[in-house]
Amino acid sequence: MKFQGKIWKFGDNIDTDAIIPARYLNTTDHAVLASHCMEDADPAFPQKVSGGDIIVGGENFGCGSSREHAPIAIKASGVSCVVAKSFARIFYRNAFNMGLPIFESQELYDLIKGEETITVNGDDGTITIAGTNAAPLKINPIPPFMQELIADGGLMKHIMKKRG
Amino acid sequence: MGMTITEKILAVHADLKDVYPGMLINAKVDIALGNDITAPIAIEEFQKANGEKVFDRDKVVLVSDHFTPNKDISSAQQCKFVRQFALSQELTHYYDGGEVGVEHALLPEKGIVLPGDLVIGADSHTCTYGALGAFSTGVGSTDLAAAMLTGEVWFKVPESIKFILFGKLNTWVSGKDLILYIIGKIGVDGALYKAMEMTGETIGTLDMADRMSMANMAIEAGAKNGIFACDDTTRAYVKPRAKRSWTEYYSDDDAVYSETMEIDCGKIEPQVAFPHLPSNTKGVSQAGNVTIDQAVIGSCTNGRIEDLRIAAQVLKGRKAASHVRLLIIPATPEIYRMAMKEGLMDIFMDARAIISPPTCGPCLGGHMGILAQGERAIATTNRNFVGRMGHPGSEVYLSNPAVAAASAIMGRIAGPAELT
Repeated sequence: MKFQGKIWKFGDNIDTDAIIPARYLNTTDHAVLASHCMEDADPAFPQKVSGGDIIVGGENFGCGSSREHAPIAIKASGVSCVVAKSFARIFYRNAFNMGLPIFESQELYDLIKGEETITVNGDDGTITIAGTNAAPLKINPIPPFMQELIADGGLMKHIMKKRG
Repeated sequence: MGMTITEKILAVHADLKDVYPGMLINAKVDIALGNDITAPIAIEEFQKANGEKVFDRDKVVLVSDHFTPNKDISSAQQCKFVRQFALSQELTHYYDGGEVGVEHALLPEKGIVLPGDLVIGADSHTCTYGALGAFSTGVGSTDLAAAMLTGEVWFKVPESIKFILFGKLNTWVSGKDLILYIIGKIGVDGALYKAMEMTGETIGTLDMADRMSMANMAIEAGAKNGIFACDDTTRAYVKPRAKRSWTEYYSDDDAVYSETMEIDCGKIEPQVAFPHLPSNTKGVSQAGNVTIDQAVIGSCTNGRIEDLRIAAQVLKGRKAASHVRLLIIPATPEIYRMAMKEGLMDIFMDARAIISPPTCGPCLGGHMGILAQGERAIATTNRNFVGRMGHPGSEVYLSNPAVAAASAIMGRIAGPAELT
């Protein structure tokens, strides 16, 4: 699991109302949700984001509501993965359950301005920033169960596999 | 080694003798809850996984409370989808139309959730039921789908933080103020992934409405759950409502906590959380001159009859300022009826209030009281993020019902002590 992309940097405590405002929760259509992704944090984000881009957040990314529309909107907008200092717990489990790769790194956030391209290597647990000679940054290890969820393609597929 | 209440409930539901923080478990759920926003995704996932019947029609609860009465065509479609699923599954607990209430006020009121239960809900404020001595936590729609299919959910056993509350509450100070004060102290991620266990002499003086306000906002500190041990107040609330037996759990004396925090409740005045985080709290006396356009009294945090009684006590014989829209939202039909019988509705209408049917409505910026650009609201709700109640350029201030009512009268943020 390796992702290379341009980053979009957001702050601490990016809440799910910022990721997908509740006024758009009257639909589950992925394309519609994507068209409003991050709108209240950066109104131009849905137009600016390109497939393969990476969102970088500070502490407590995804705090607030349990709405799975939040990771759906991010994934459907083409973002390949999210790296943050820490994630709010419901967002964390939602991302693994529905198949949005997310990674915790304490170091990355403070080393980037927001224009860089990074490579996230989920296999060896490192992040490298393009154009720098700095040593690769360490990602917090992903617990084996969560790795299983990712490998199976999310919680429901994991359950179906177990049930046979 | 001793265990906390949270650990004991998780262990029992995972068929394990004991569990420890960090352990990954599969646990059986007693109740799995969804609403008109989160259930549609869960139902789609359930159907994609070839789900036919839910694991137990008595244990899957669906409440269409967020965008109801249907606010627009898309919401109506979502509610219709939930309704068709609920009826085809013959769910015992499906609430719609005139029976709907704000889910986290409705489930305890109906005796659907009980002490010792393990409850998950695809709604972050599911942590409310910790007030009853249940382990209760918010999850996403896929988790709900999995629970509907299998009756089980995966959990990482959380560490617990013990809060010891002591001292007598000052006038107009409620459970809401205690939890806002605590969130102000520890921050919006101060209890991330952890259980917040509320203990101490002050807890015994709090009614269930206060305890539910506190457990409700555990998520605002990032917690997995908030929890209170059962006492006579809990039993008096639960007994007339329960239709099945329940089990009470208590933390062992040698249970292990990641942290213990003592809170002197006698030093706390009514709190206001300023935009745009619930942790951005001040005492109401320090609020300064903040004019408001709207006051909202309701929600799963503070829409119970006790909250409406307090609001009525402040509003009686007074009127909301002419430029303030005062919205009162009884959280359930039973609360609505009680408020009517007790004469609270007359007090509210005389105070120029708008009385809404039970709904989550404006709390999440859904409908029934959306803010325009530049407008400010004081609300007894639980979140004040950017755009939470409407335009991204509006502001929400969180408080208890007494402060919201007094602010409506004054036209600016004010405590009831300022009223003459």
